[in-house]
Amino acid sequence: MQKIIKIIISFIFLFVISIFYISLTRDTNYNTSSLINKETPEFKIISFNDSNYYTRDDIKNNYTLINFWASWCAPCRIEHPILMKLSQTKNLVILGINFKDKEPQAKTFLSELGNPYDLLAKDKNGKHSVKFGIYGIPESILINKELMIIQKFVGPLSDDDYNNIIKIIE
Amino acid sequence: MLSNLGNILLFLNVILSLSIIYTANRNLKISGGIDKNIFQLSLIQSTSIIICFFVLVAAFIVSDFSLIAVYQNSHSLKPLFYKIAGTWGNHEGSLLLWAIILAIFSFLFLVYNKDHPKKFRLLTLIIQNILILGFLFFILFNSNPFSKISPIPSEGLGLNPILQDPALAIHPPLLYVGFVGASIYFSAAIASLISNYSERSFSLSIKNWVLISWCFQTLGILVGSIWAYYELGWGGFWFWDPVENASLLPWFAMTALFHSLIVFEKRNLFYFWVIILCLITFTLSVTGTFLVRSGILNSVHTFASDPTRGIYILIFLSLMIFGSIFLLFQKYKKENYDLNRNSKETFILVNNWFMMFYLITVLLGTIYPIFTDALTDNKISVGPPFYNAIIFPVVVVFLLFMALGPKTKWIKNKFENIRIYFLILAGATSLNLAIIFFFKSYSLLSNFIIISALFLIISSLMDIAKAFKKNKIDFARIISHTSFGFLVLFIGLNSIFSLEKDYNIKLGETKKFENYSIQLKNLDLKNYKNYQAIIGKLEIKNLNSNQINILNPEIRIYNKPKTLTYEAAIKTSLIKDYYLTMSNIDRSDYYNIKFQKKPLMAWIWISVIMIVVGGLIRLFSNAKNN
Repeated sequence: MQKIIKIIISFIFLFVISIFYISLTRDTNYNTSSLINKETPEFKIISFNDSNYYTRDDIKNNYTLINFWASWCAPCRIEHPILMKLSQTKNLVILGINFKDKEPQAKTFLSELGNPYDLLAKDKNGKHSVKFGIYGIPESILINKELMIIQKFVGPLSDDDYNNIIKIIE
Repeated sequence: MLSNLGNILLFLNVILSLSIIYTANRNLKISGGIDKNIFQLSLIQSTSIIICFFVLVAAFIVSDFSLIAVYQNSHSLKPLFYKIAGTWGNHEGSLLLWAIILAIFSFLFLVYNKDHPKKFRLLTLIIQNILILGFLFFILFNSNPFSKISPIPSEGLGLNPILQDPALAIHPPLLYVGFVGASIYFSAAIASLISNYSERSFSLSIKNWVLISWCFQTLGILVGSIWAYYELGWGGFWFWDPVENASLLPWFAMTALFHSLIVFEKRNLFYFWVIILCLITFTLSVTGTFLVRSGILNSVHTFASDPTRGIYILIFLSLMIFGSIFLLFQKYKKENYDLNRNSKETFILVNNWFMMFYLITVLLGTIYPIFTDALTDNKISVGPPFYNAIIFPVVVVFLLFMALGPKTKWIKNKFENIRIYFLILAGATSLNLAIIFFFKSYSLLSNFIIISALFLIISSLMDIAKAFKKNKIDFARIISHTSFGFLVLFIGLNSIFSLEKDYNIKLGETKKFENYSIQLKNLDLKNYKNYQAIIGKLEIKNLNSNQINILNPEIRIYNKPKTLTYEAAIKTSLIKDYYLTMSNIDRSDYYNIKFQKKPLMAWIWISVIMIVVGGLIRLFSNAKNN
C-alpha cells in the first residue's frame, strides 16, 4: 500500500513539473500578434541625417520593412547581413529606426557592416518605438502598400524570415 | 571595472562554497568538534557576497550603464533612493540578494546551533551550500547582474514610474528574507533525515528560523498590499493575483510549520510532518519564483519572460523535489499517533488541516490556468470569486477553532465551564446585532464571519484576564491570535461598509448621495518636467456633521509617448479612508469620478503589524530562554 502511495506521489510531482515544462515552451506573455492586420500607427520621426521628419506618407505605395536597431545591440549585428540581402530586392523599402543610440557609434556600425536602409530615422529615447509595440531590439515590422501591418519579427531576422518576406512581396 | 570586480567576487564565492562543502565533508569523517576553518570560510563567504552586492549597489549609484542591469533598470536622473532600490528591483539584482540571504543564514545557523550534533550541523551546511552553488551558477551563467554591454549607452531606460514608490522599494527585500529564509530549514530537514536526528531537540534548532522567515514574509505581504492600495488606483489591497498568491503559499506552510513545531517540541510527535512542512515551504518558495520569473503566468507583476531562465529554475526545482521525496521515502517510518480527540495536539493538527486546505485551494487556483492552457489550449482565469467563495466560509470555522485551541491542555483536555463559551458566543452575536441595528444589515455569511471574529477576539482577551491570575501570560500567542481576529473583523467590516459611487461631473457641479455631497470646485493645469497634470479639486462634505474634505486627484499626461495615468487621491483617517480617482471623458467637459469610502483601512494594516509583533515577541522570548 505504502509503495503505491509513494508511486502516486512521485507521479503527481512528475506531472506538475512536466506541465510547467510544456508551459515554458509556449509564448504567453510577449505576444504582439494583435498588431497584425492593424493599420500602421501615425508617426512622425526625425531623420537620422538631417532635420526632416518621416511620416506614414513616406512609406505609402510600397512594401516597407521597419527595422529597429542599435549599435550596442549584439543580435542586430547577427541580422545585419539579412538586411543587406533584403536591400537588394526591389519592391521593398527598408526604414531603419536607430534605437537609443549614440550617433558616432551608429555611423561606425553602418560604415563597418554596410547601410541597408532606404530611409533612416532615429529614436533617441525610445519613445516612438513604443507605438509599434517594440519591446526589445532587434525587431522588425513588415507593412504592405495599404499601410497594414502584415508581419512582426521579434529578435534577429533569420534566413527563414528572409524567404518569408521575399515570398510576400513578390 | 565594477563589472570585473563583481564577477571576480562571484567566482570567489563559487570557490568558497566548494571548499566549505569539501572541508565539511572531510570534517564529517573525523571525530572531534567542527573544524575552525569551516567557520572562517563561512564568514568569508557571507562577507564577500555582501561586498559583491555593494559593488552592484555602487554601479547603480554612479549609473554605470556599461552594466546591462543598470542600463535596463536605472536612469541618471533618478533620485538616489530609487537608484539604490533599483538594485533589487530587477531579476538579476534580486537573485544576488537571494544569494546573500542564503549565505548569511547558512553562517548564522552554523554559529547559533552549538548544542546540536556535529553531523547534523555539518550536513545542514553542506546542503545549504549546494543551494548556494545552484543560485551562484544561475547568477553567473544565466542572470548575471554584472553582464556588460558595449558600446556603453549614454542613458538608462529608467524604471516604470509606478514602481518608484517607497513601499515597493522595501517590499522585495522583506519578502525575500521570508522566501529564502525558508532555505535554512529545508537544509536542516534534509540533514536531519540523513543523520537520523529526529529527537525533539531538532525543533529547537529550527524554530527561531521559521519565526524569522514568517515575520518577514508577513511584513513583505503587508507592504505589497499597501503599495497596491495606494498606487494601483482600484481601491483594493488584495487581488488574488498569481504573484500575490505565490507569496501567500509559503506563508500558509510556515504558519502550519511553527504550530506543528510546538507539538513536536513538547510531545515529540509529528516528526515527519514537521520535516514535510520544512521541505514544502522552501519548495513552494522556489515554485513561486519559477512561476513569476519564467513568465508563464500573466499578472501585473510580469517580468520579462525568458524561457532559459525558467528552464534553469525548473531543473533546480525538480532536483529539490525529487531529491527530497526520494530521501523522505527512504527514511519514512509510519508514526502512530494515539491522540486524544480533545487535546492541544489535536487542535494544532486541526490548524494544520486548515492551513493545508488554504494552501491547496490557493495553489490550485494559481496553477489551474496553466494546466488547462497546456492540456486543452483553453485560456481561463481564476479570479477573486473563486477564492472568496471557497476561503471565506471556511474562515468561520477556522476562527472558532482558533479561539478554542489555545485553551486546551496537552494530552487530555476537558472543557470545564462550557457555559462561558456560550456566553462569549452570545456576546459576539449581540455585538453583531448592534452593528446591524446602528448601521445596516448584511449577508448571512458576513454575519457569521463577524460573529466568529468577535468570538476569537473576546475569548483571546479573556485569556489575558485568566493569565494575570496565574501570572503566566503568553503575550506572543494572545497578541497574534487577537490581531488575526481583528484583521478578519476589519476586512469584513471594510467590505460591508465600503461605499462606491461613480459620476460624470462638470466643473462647479454637485452630486449628492446618502449623506454626502461631492462638488468639483476647480480644475488646475500644471506643467512638470516630463508631464502635464490636470489636478481636480473636489470637496466632499458630510451632510450630517458638515465636515469638509478636499481631495485632489490627478490626470497626468506624459509627453513622450503620450500616455495618461490617473493618480488617486486618498485621505486616510483612523475611521475611514476617502479614495477618489478622476478621469477625463473624450470630447466633453465632463469628468468621470469614482469615489470610495473605505472604513477602517488603517486598522487592517495595524492588525497585520500586530500579528507580526506577536511573532517577534515569541522570537525574543525564545532567544531569552536559550
